[in-house]
Amino acid sequence: MPKIKMPKANPSLDMTPMVDLAFLLVTFFMLTASVRVSEPVVVDTPSSTSDKILPDNVLLVSIDRFGKAFFNISNPQVRISTLDRMGEQHKIKFTDEEKKRFGAMTSIGVPIDKLKEYIKLDDSQRQKVKSPGIPVDSLDNQLGEWIQFGRIEAAKQARGEKDKAESLGREFKYEPMRFAIKADGAASYIAVQDIIKIFTKKDIYRFNLITNLEQPEE
Amino acid sequence: MAEVNTGDGGGGHGKHDKKRAKKLSTRIDMTPMVDLAFLLLTFFVMTSTFNKAKTMEINFPADEPDKEKQQKVNNALTFIMSKDNSIYYYYGEFFPANNKNGKPATELTKTDFSKDGLHKLLLDKNKSTVEAINKLSEQLKIREIADTTYKRLAVNAKGDKTALTVLIKADDKAVYKNVIDLIDELNVCQVGKYAVVDMMPAEFELVTAAGTK
Repeated sequence: MPKIKMPKANPSLDMTPMVDLAFLLVTFFMLTASVRVSEPVVVDTPSSTSDKILPDNVLLVSIDRFGKAFFNISNPQVRISTLDRMGEQHKIKFTDEEKKRFGAMTSIGVPIDKLKEYIKLDDSQRQKVKSPGIPVDSLDNQLGEWIQFGRIEAAKQARGEKDKAESLGREFKYEPMRFAIKADGAASYIAVQDIIKIFTKKDIYRFNLITNLEQPEE
Repeated sequence: MAEVNTGDGGGGHGKHDKKRAKKLSTRIDMTPMVDLAFLLLTFFVMTSTFNKAKTMEINFPADEPDKEKQQKVNNALTFIMSKDNSIYYYYGEFFPANNKNGKPATELTKTDFSKDGLHKLLLDKNKSTVEAINKLSEQLKIREIADTTYKRLAVNAKGDKTALTVLIKADDKAVYKNVIDLIDELNVCQVGKYAVVDMMPAEFELVTAAGTK
Protein backbone atom coordinates (compact mmCIF):
# COMPACT_ATOMS: atom_id res chain seq x y z
CA MET A 1 0.00 0.00 0.00
CA PRO A 2 1.42 3.29 -0.92
CA LYS A 3 1.93 5.73 1.80
CA ILE A 4 -0.44 8.63 1.89
CA LYS A 5 1.47 11.62 0.82
CA MET A 6 0.69 14.66 2.77
CA PRO A 7 0.96 17.80 0.73
CA LYS A 8 3.86 19.75 2.00
CA ALA A 9 2.53 23.03 3.24
CA ASN A 10 4.76 25.87 4.07
CA PRO A 11 4.26 26.55 7.78
CA SER A 12 5.27 30.16 7.54
CA LEU A 13 2.61 32.39 6.11
CA ASP A 14 2.91 35.80 4.66
CA MET A 15 2.28 38.30 7.40
CA THR A 16 3.06 41.38 5.35
CA PRO A 17 -0.53 42.66 5.05
CA MET A 18 -1.13 42.22 8.74
CA VAL A 19 2.05 44.06 9.64
CA ASP A 20 1.15 46.80 7.17
CA LEU A 21 -2.19 47.22 8.82
CA ALA A 22 -0.66 47.18 12.26
CA PHE A 23 1.70 49.99 11.35
CA LEU A 24 -1.08 51.93 9.74
CA LEU A 25 -3.06 51.73 12.95
CA VAL A 26 -0.05 52.61 15.05
CA THR A 27 0.54 55.69 12.92
CA PHE A 28 -3.12 56.66 13.14
CA PHE A 29 -3.33 56.36 16.89
CA MET A 30 -0.03 58.10 17.40
CA LEU A 31 -1.10 61.05 15.33
CA THR A 32 -4.54 61.35 16.85
CA ALA A 33 -3.36 60.85 20.41
CA SER A 34 -3.35 64.01 22.44
CA VAL A 35 -1.29 64.43 25.50
CA ARG A 36 -3.66 64.09 28.34
CA VAL A 37 -2.63 65.79 31.50
CA SER A 38 -4.42 64.42 34.47
CA GLU A 39 -7.03 66.64 36.02
CA PRO A 40 -6.52 67.66 39.62
CA VAL A 41 -10.04 66.65 40.46
CA VAL A 42 -12.39 63.82 39.66
CA VAL A 43 -15.73 65.07 38.46
CA ASP A 44 -18.44 62.53 37.92
CA THR A 45 -20.77 64.32 35.54
CA PRO A 46 -24.44 63.40 35.40
CA SER A 47 -25.75 61.82 32.23
CA SER A 48 -28.17 63.25 29.73
CA THR A 49 -29.53 62.44 26.29
CA SER A 50 -27.90 65.47 24.73
CA ASP A 51 -25.44 64.50 22.03
CA LYS A 52 -23.97 67.89 21.26
CA ILE A 53 -20.21 67.87 21.27
CA LEU A 54 -18.34 70.35 23.40
CA PRO A 55 -16.74 73.07 21.25
CA ASP A 56 -12.95 73.33 21.27
CA ASN A 57 -12.61 76.86 22.49
CA VAL A 58 -13.97 76.86 26.01
CA LEU A 59 -13.54 78.40 29.39
CA LEU A 60 -14.26 75.58 31.74
CA VAL A 61 -15.22 75.76 35.37
CA SER A 62 -15.29 72.41 37.10
CA ILE A 63 -17.11 71.95 40.35
CA ASP A 64 -16.35 68.91 42.44
CA ARG A 65 -18.75 67.17 44.79
CA PHE A 66 -17.85 69.45 47.67
CA GLY A 67 -18.53 72.58 45.64
CA LYS A 68 -14.88 73.50 45.09
CA ALA A 69 -14.27 75.41 41.90
CA PHE A 70 -11.57 74.72 39.31
CA PHE A 71 -10.71 76.86 36.36
CA ASN A 72 -9.43 76.02 32.92
CA ILE A 73 -9.09 77.63 29.51
CA SER A 74 -8.58 75.33 26.57
CA ASN A 75 -6.45 77.68 24.49
CA PRO A 76 -2.85 77.73 25.87
CA GLN A 77 -2.06 81.25 24.62
CA VAL A 78 -5.14 82.66 26.24
CA ARG A 79 -4.28 80.77 29.43
CA ILE A 80 -0.89 82.37 29.57
CA SER A 81 -2.07 85.90 28.93
CA THR A 82 -4.84 85.42 31.47
CA LEU A 83 -2.23 84.38 34.01
CA ASP A 84 -0.33 87.54 33.17
CA ARG A 85 -3.32 89.68 33.88
CA MET A 86 -4.07 87.84 37.11
CA GLY A 87 -0.45 88.33 38.15
CA GLU A 88 -0.70 92.06 37.48
CA GLN A 89 -3.89 92.26 39.49
CA HIS A 90 -2.37 90.49 42.48
CA LYS A 91 1.15 91.87 42.10
CA ILE A 92 2.72 88.51 41.46
CA LYS A 93 5.35 88.24 38.78
CA PHE A 94 5.44 85.01 36.85
CA THR A 95 8.59 84.08 34.97
CA ASP A 96 8.56 82.95 31.36
CA GLU A 97 9.33 79.42 32.48
CA GLU A 98 6.36 79.42 34.82
CA LYS A 99 4.10 80.78 32.13
CA LYS A 100 5.21 78.09 29.76
CA ARG A 101 4.47 75.42 32.31
CA PHE A 102 1.14 76.96 33.11
CA GLY A 103 0.20 76.90 29.43
CA ALA A 104 0.61 73.14 29.35
CA MET A 105 -1.35 72.52 32.52
CA THR A 106 -4.98 71.66 32.96
CA SER A 107 -7.56 72.83 35.49
CA ILE A 108 -6.26 74.71 38.46
CA GLY A 109 -7.89 74.82 41.83
CA VAL A 110 -5.56 76.90 43.97
CA PRO A 111 -5.72 80.53 45.04
CA ILE A 112 -3.47 82.88 43.12
CA ASP A 113 -0.94 83.29 45.94
CA LYS A 114 -0.36 79.52 46.00
CA LEU A 115 -0.22 79.22 42.25
CA LYS A 116 3.54 79.78 41.97
CA GLU A 117 4.25 76.76 44.14
CA TYR A 118 1.64 74.74 42.34
CA ILE A 119 3.18 75.45 38.94
CA LYS A 120 6.56 74.33 40.25
CA LEU A 121 5.33 70.84 41.05
CA ASP A 122 5.47 68.21 38.37
CA ASP A 123 2.50 66.29 37.16
CA SER A 124 2.78 63.33 39.52
CA GLN A 125 3.29 65.57 42.53
CA ARG A 126 0.26 67.63 41.61
CA GLN A 127 -1.83 64.51 41.84
CA LYS A 128 -1.01 64.21 45.50
CA VAL A 129 -1.68 67.82 46.38
CA LYS A 130 -5.21 68.51 47.48
CA SER A 131 -6.47 71.60 45.74
CA PRO A 132 -8.48 73.89 47.99
CA GLY A 133 -10.46 75.28 45.06
CA ILE A 134 -10.44 78.81 43.72
CA PRO A 135 -11.90 81.35 46.15
CA VAL A 136 -15.36 82.37 45.04
CA ASP A 137 -16.77 84.41 47.88
CA SER A 138 -17.69 88.00 47.25
CA LEU A 139 -14.77 89.48 49.22
CA ASP A 140 -12.14 87.61 47.28
CA ASN A 141 -13.76 86.52 44.10
CA GLN A 142 -10.76 85.16 42.24
CA LEU A 143 -12.87 82.94 40.04
CA GLY A 144 -14.72 86.01 38.83
CA GLU A 145 -11.40 87.65 38.00
CA TRP A 146 -10.19 84.60 36.14
CA ILE A 147 -13.39 84.56 34.12
CA GLN A 148 -13.24 88.27 33.41
CA PHE A 149 -9.61 88.27 32.30
CA GLY A 150 -10.00 85.03 30.40
CA ARG A 151 -12.81 86.52 28.45
CA ILE A 152 -10.91 89.70 27.63
CA GLU A 153 -7.79 87.82 26.62
CA ALA A 154 -9.77 85.40 24.45
CA ALA A 155 -11.31 88.34 22.62
CA LYS A 156 -7.87 89.90 22.16
CA GLN A 157 -6.49 86.63 20.87
CA ALA A 158 -9.33 86.27 18.39
CA ARG A 159 -8.77 89.86 17.29
CA GLY A 160 -5.07 89.20 16.72
CA GLU A 161 -5.81 86.09 14.72
CA LYS A 162 -8.34 87.95 12.63
CA ASP A 163 -5.87 90.72 11.82
CA LYS A 164 -3.24 88.19 10.93
CA ALA A 165 -5.59 86.25 8.69
CA GLU A 166 -6.71 89.42 6.98
CA SER A 167 -3.18 90.63 6.35
CA LEU A 168 -2.44 87.30 4.71
CA GLY A 169 -5.65 87.49 2.74
CA ARG A 170 -7.08 84.41 4.33
CA GLU A 171 -10.56 83.84 5.52
CA PHE A 172 -11.06 84.01 9.24
CA LYS A 173 -13.73 82.03 11.00
CA TYR A 174 -14.49 83.44 14.38
CA GLU A 175 -15.33 80.93 17.04
CA PRO A 176 -16.38 82.67 20.19
CA MET A 177 -15.22 81.21 23.44
CA ARG A 178 -17.93 79.21 25.14
CA PHE A 179 -18.45 78.90 28.85
CA ALA A 180 -18.65 75.36 30.05
CA ILE A 181 -19.58 74.10 33.47
CA LYS A 182 -18.59 70.64 34.49
CA ALA A 183 -20.16 69.89 37.80
CA ASP A 184 -20.30 66.68 39.75
CA GLY A 185 -23.71 65.06 39.90
CA ALA A 186 -23.50 64.88 43.67
CA ALA A 187 -22.61 68.55 44.12
CA SER A 188 -25.18 70.63 45.87
CA TYR A 189 -27.19 72.61 43.40
CA ILE A 190 -26.75 75.76 45.44
CA ALA A 191 -22.97 75.53 45.01
CA VAL A 192 -23.41 75.29 41.26
CA GLN A 193 -25.89 78.12 41.32
CA ASP A 194 -23.46 80.36 43.16
CA ILE A 195 -20.92 79.84 40.42
CA ILE A 196 -23.49 80.44 37.72
CA LYS A 197 -24.33 83.68 39.52
CA ILE A 198 -20.70 84.77 39.13
CA PHE A 199 -21.08 84.31 35.40
CA THR A 200 -24.44 86.04 35.16
CA LYS A 201 -23.06 89.02 37.08
CA LYS A 202 -20.59 89.38 34.24
CA ASP A 203 -23.40 89.20 31.71
CA ILE A 204 -22.67 85.68 30.61
CA TYR A 205 -25.93 83.80 30.32
CA ARG A 206 -25.29 80.99 27.94
CA PHE A 207 -23.61 77.87 29.22
CA ASN A 208 -22.58 74.47 28.10
CA LEU A 209 -23.24 72.01 30.86
CA ILE A 210 -21.03 69.00 30.41
CA THR A 211 -22.77 65.67 30.74
CA ASN A 212 -22.24 62.05 29.87
CA LEU A 213 -24.15 60.60 27.01
CA GLU A 214 -26.88 58.24 28.06
CA GLN A 215 -28.81 56.08 25.67
CA PRO A 216 -32.48 56.96 25.76
CA GLU A 217 -34.51 53.99 26.88
CA GLU A 218 -37.37 53.06 24.68
CA MET B 1 22.12 38.99 10.58
CA ALA B 2 25.08 41.31 10.43
CA GLU B 3 28.47 39.83 11.09
CA VAL B 4 30.88 41.51 13.38
CA ASN B 5 34.44 41.66 12.22
CA THR B 6 36.52 41.14 15.31
CA GLY B 7 39.67 42.16 13.49
CA ASP B 8 42.02 39.63 15.18
CA GLY B 9 43.60 38.48 11.96
CA GLY B 10 40.45 37.24 10.43
CA GLY B 11 41.37 38.81 7.10
CA GLY B 12 44.68 36.95 6.87
CA HIS B 13 43.18 33.51 7.15
CA GLY B 14 40.86 34.17 4.29
CA LYS B 15 43.59 33.32 1.78
CA HIS B 16 43.94 29.64 2.64
CA ASP B 17 40.27 29.33 3.23
CA LYS B 18 38.63 27.69 0.35
CA LYS B 19 35.30 28.17 1.87
CA ARG B 20 33.25 30.62 -0.02
CA ALA B 21 31.82 33.58 1.85
CA LYS B 22 28.60 32.46 3.37
CA LYS B 23 25.69 33.81 1.41
CA LEU B 24 23.74 35.99 3.68
CA SER B 25 20.06 35.80 3.42
CA THR B 26 18.49 39.03 2.28
CA ARG B 27 15.57 38.46 4.59
CA ILE B 28 15.84 39.85 8.03
CA ASP B 29 13.93 38.68 10.99
CA MET B 30 11.18 41.22 11.53
CA THR B 31 9.59 39.54 14.52
CA PRO B 32 10.92 41.99 17.16
CA MET B 33 9.83 44.94 15.11
CA VAL B 34 6.36 43.55 14.63
CA ASP B 35 6.18 42.76 18.33
CA LEU B 36 7.02 46.33 19.12
CA ALA B 37 4.52 47.60 16.59
CA PHE B 38 1.74 45.63 18.20
CA LEU B 39 2.82 46.72 21.63
CA LEU B 40 2.58 50.34 20.55
CA LEU B 41 -0.71 49.67 18.86
CA THR B 42 -2.17 48.21 22.01
CA PHE B 43 -0.86 51.10 24.05
CA PHE B 44 -2.36 53.76 21.83
CA VAL B 45 -5.67 51.98 21.49
CA MET B 46 -5.91 51.73 25.26
CA THR B 47 -4.98 55.31 26.00
CA SER B 48 -6.87 57.08 23.28
CA THR B 49 -10.15 58.64 24.26
CA PHE B 50 -12.69 58.61 21.55
CA ASN B 51 -15.69 60.26 23.02
CA LYS B 52 -15.43 63.96 23.39
CA ALA B 53 -17.41 65.50 26.16
CA LYS B 54 -21.07 66.02 25.45
CA THR B 55 -22.80 69.15 26.50
CA MET B 56 -26.18 70.60 27.05
CA GLU B 57 -26.68 74.21 26.09
CA ILE B 58 -28.74 76.29 28.41
CA ASN B 59 -29.45 79.94 29.01
CA PHE B 60 -29.80 81.30 32.47
CA PRO B 61 -31.93 84.34 33.17
CA ALA B 62 -30.32 87.59 34.21
CA ASP B 63 -30.67 88.68 37.78
CA GLU B 64 -34.00 90.32 38.38
CA PRO B 65 -33.56 93.77 39.78
CA ASP B 66 -36.78 93.34 41.70
CA LYS B 67 -36.64 90.00 43.45
CA GLU B 68 -40.09 90.02 44.95
CA LYS B 69 -41.85 90.77 41.73
CA GLN B 70 -43.43 87.61 40.51
CA GLN B 71 -43.27 86.98 36.84
CA LYS B 72 -46.52 86.44 35.05
CA VAL B 73 -46.27 83.29 33.01
CA ASN B 74 -49.22 81.57 31.52
CA ASN B 75 -49.36 77.81 31.47
CA ALA B 76 -46.51 77.54 33.90
CA LEU B 77 -45.44 74.44 35.72
CA THR B 78 -43.07 74.90 38.61
CA PHE B 79 -40.81 72.15 39.84
CA ILE B 80 -39.06 72.33 43.15
CA MET B 81 -36.25 69.94 43.88
CA SER B 82 -35.38 68.96 47.39
CA LYS B 83 -33.43 66.42 49.42
CA ASP B 84 -33.19 62.73 48.58
CA ASN B 85 -34.04 63.27 44.92
CA SER B 86 -37.56 64.29 45.79
CA ILE B 87 -39.35 66.58 43.41
CA TYR B 88 -42.48 68.63 43.94
CA TYR B 89 -44.54 70.58 41.49
CA TYR B 90 -47.47 72.90 41.24
CA TYR B 91 -49.30 74.21 38.26
CA GLY B 92 -50.05 77.83 37.49
CA GLU B 93 -49.45 80.83 39.66
CA PHE B 94 -48.26 80.63 43.23
CA PHE B 95 -50.69 81.69 45.92
CA PRO B 96 -49.48 81.89 49.48
CA ALA B 97 -51.84 80.95 52.28
CA ASN B 98 -54.33 83.70 53.21
CA ASN B 99 -53.62 85.73 50.12
CA LYS B 100 -55.65 88.80 49.42
CA ASN B 101 -57.06 87.51 46.15
CA GLY B 102 -58.98 84.93 48.09
CA LYS B 103 -57.57 82.07 46.04
CA PRO B 104 -56.85 78.73 47.69
CA ALA B 105 -53.25 78.34 48.81
CA THR B 106 -50.96 76.50 46.43
CA GLU B 107 -50.27 72.93 47.35
CA LEU B 108 -47.30 70.94 46.25
CA THR B 109 -47.66 67.56 44.65
CA LYS B 110 -44.87 65.07 44.97
CA THR B 111 -43.56 63.12 42.03
CA ASP B 112 -40.41 61.22 41.12
CA PHE B 113 -38.03 60.70 38.24
CA SER B 114 -39.62 57.43 37.15
CA LYS B 115 -41.33 56.90 33.84
CA ASP B 116 -44.80 57.05 35.35
CA GLY B 117 -43.98 60.11 37.38
CA LEU B 118 -42.25 63.01 35.74
CA HIS B 119 -42.28 61.72 32.18
CA LYS B 120 -45.99 61.05 32.14
CA LEU B 121 -46.79 64.33 33.82
CA LEU B 122 -44.78 66.34 31.33
CA LEU B 123 -46.20 64.56 28.32
CA ASP B 124 -49.66 65.15 29.66
CA LYS B 125 -49.17 68.82 30.40
CA ASN B 126 -47.33 69.42 27.18
CA LYS B 127 -49.71 67.43 25.03
CA SER B 128 -50.38 70.08 22.40
CA THR B 129 -46.71 70.66 21.66
CA VAL B 130 -45.85 66.96 21.65
CA GLU B 131 -48.68 66.29 19.23
CA ALA B 132 -47.68 69.16 16.99
CA ILE B 133 -44.11 67.93 16.87
CA ASN B 134 -45.14 64.34 16.27
CA LYS B 135 -47.22 65.52 13.35
CA LEU B 136 -44.25 67.42 11.98
CA SER B 137 -41.95 64.44 12.25
CA GLU B 138 -44.56 62.33 10.44
CA GLN B 139 -44.51 64.87 7.66
CA LEU B 140 -40.75 64.78 7.67
CA LYS B 141 -40.79 61.02 7.35
CA ILE B 142 -42.88 61.03 4.21
CA ARG B 143 -40.77 63.88 2.86
CA GLU B 144 -43.59 66.35 2.83
CA ILE B 145 -41.43 68.99 4.47
CA ALA B 146 -37.72 69.58 4.33
CA ASP B 147 -35.26 69.02 7.14
CA THR B 148 -34.69 72.70 7.81
CA THR B 149 -38.39 73.47 7.67
CA TYR B 150 -38.99 70.79 10.25
CA LYS B 151 -36.44 72.29 12.58
CA ARG B 152 -37.87 75.75 12.22
CA LEU B 153 -41.45 74.60 12.74
CA ALA B 154 -40.46 72.47 15.74
CA VAL B 155 -38.81 75.46 17.37
CA ASN B 156 -41.90 77.53 16.64
CA ALA B 157 -44.15 74.89 18.16
CA LYS B 158 -42.03 74.75 21.30
CA GLY B 159 -41.99 78.51 21.62
CA ASP B 160 -45.71 78.86 21.05
CA LYS B 161 -47.60 81.13 23.40
CA THR B 162 -49.78 78.33 24.65
CA ALA B 163 -46.88 75.90 25.08
CA LEU B 164 -45.92 74.77 28.52
CA THR B 165 -43.42 76.87 30.44
CA VAL B 166 -41.43 75.17 33.14
CA LEU B 167 -39.75 76.88 36.05
CA ILE B 168 -37.08 74.92 37.83
CA LYS B 169 -36.24 75.71 41.40
CA ALA B 170 -34.04 73.87 43.83
CA ASP B 171 -33.48 74.19 47.54
CA ASP B 172 -30.18 73.82 49.34
CA LYS B 173 -30.49 70.06 49.72
CA ALA B 174 -30.97 69.28 46.07
CA VAL B 175 -28.05 67.94 44.10
CA TYR B 176 -26.93 69.08 40.69
CA LYS B 177 -27.81 65.76 39.13
CA ASN B 178 -31.50 66.29 39.84
CA VAL B 179 -31.52 69.53 37.95
CA ILE B 180 -29.75 68.00 34.97
CA ASP B 181 -32.12 65.03 35.00
CA LEU B 182 -35.09 67.34 34.99
CA ILE B 183 -33.76 69.50 32.16
CA ASP B 184 -33.03 66.35 30.24
CA GLU B 185 -36.55 65.11 30.76
CA LEU B 186 -37.85 68.45 29.54
CA ASN B 187 -35.81 68.09 26.38
CA VAL B 188 -37.15 64.60 25.85
CA CYS B 189 -40.70 65.82 26.35
CA GLN B 190 -40.28 68.67 23.86
CA VAL B 191 -40.62 71.43 26.40
CA GLY B 192 -38.91 74.40 24.81
CA LYS B 193 -39.48 77.05 27.40
CA TYR B 194 -37.82 76.46 30.72
CA ALA B 195 -35.76 78.45 33.12
CA VAL B 196 -33.82 77.74 36.26
CA VAL B 197 -34.80 80.42 38.74
CA ASP B 198 -34.46 81.27 42.39
CA MET B 199 -36.99 80.10 44.89
CA MET B 200 -39.35 82.40 46.70
CA PRO B 201 -39.28 82.29 50.51
CA ALA B 202 -42.90 81.17 50.65
CA GLU B 203 -42.13 78.26 48.38
CA PHE B 204 -39.15 77.33 50.48
CA GLU B 205 -41.35 77.08 53.55
CA LEU B 206 -43.80 74.93 51.69
CA VAL B 207 -41.11 72.54 50.53
CA THR B 208 -39.54 72.30 53.97
CA ALA B 209 -42.94 71.52 55.42
CA ALA B 210 -43.59 68.89 52.77
CA GLY B 211 -40.17 67.33 53.38
CA THR B 212 -40.65 66.90 57.11
CA LYS B 213 -44.09 65.44 56.80
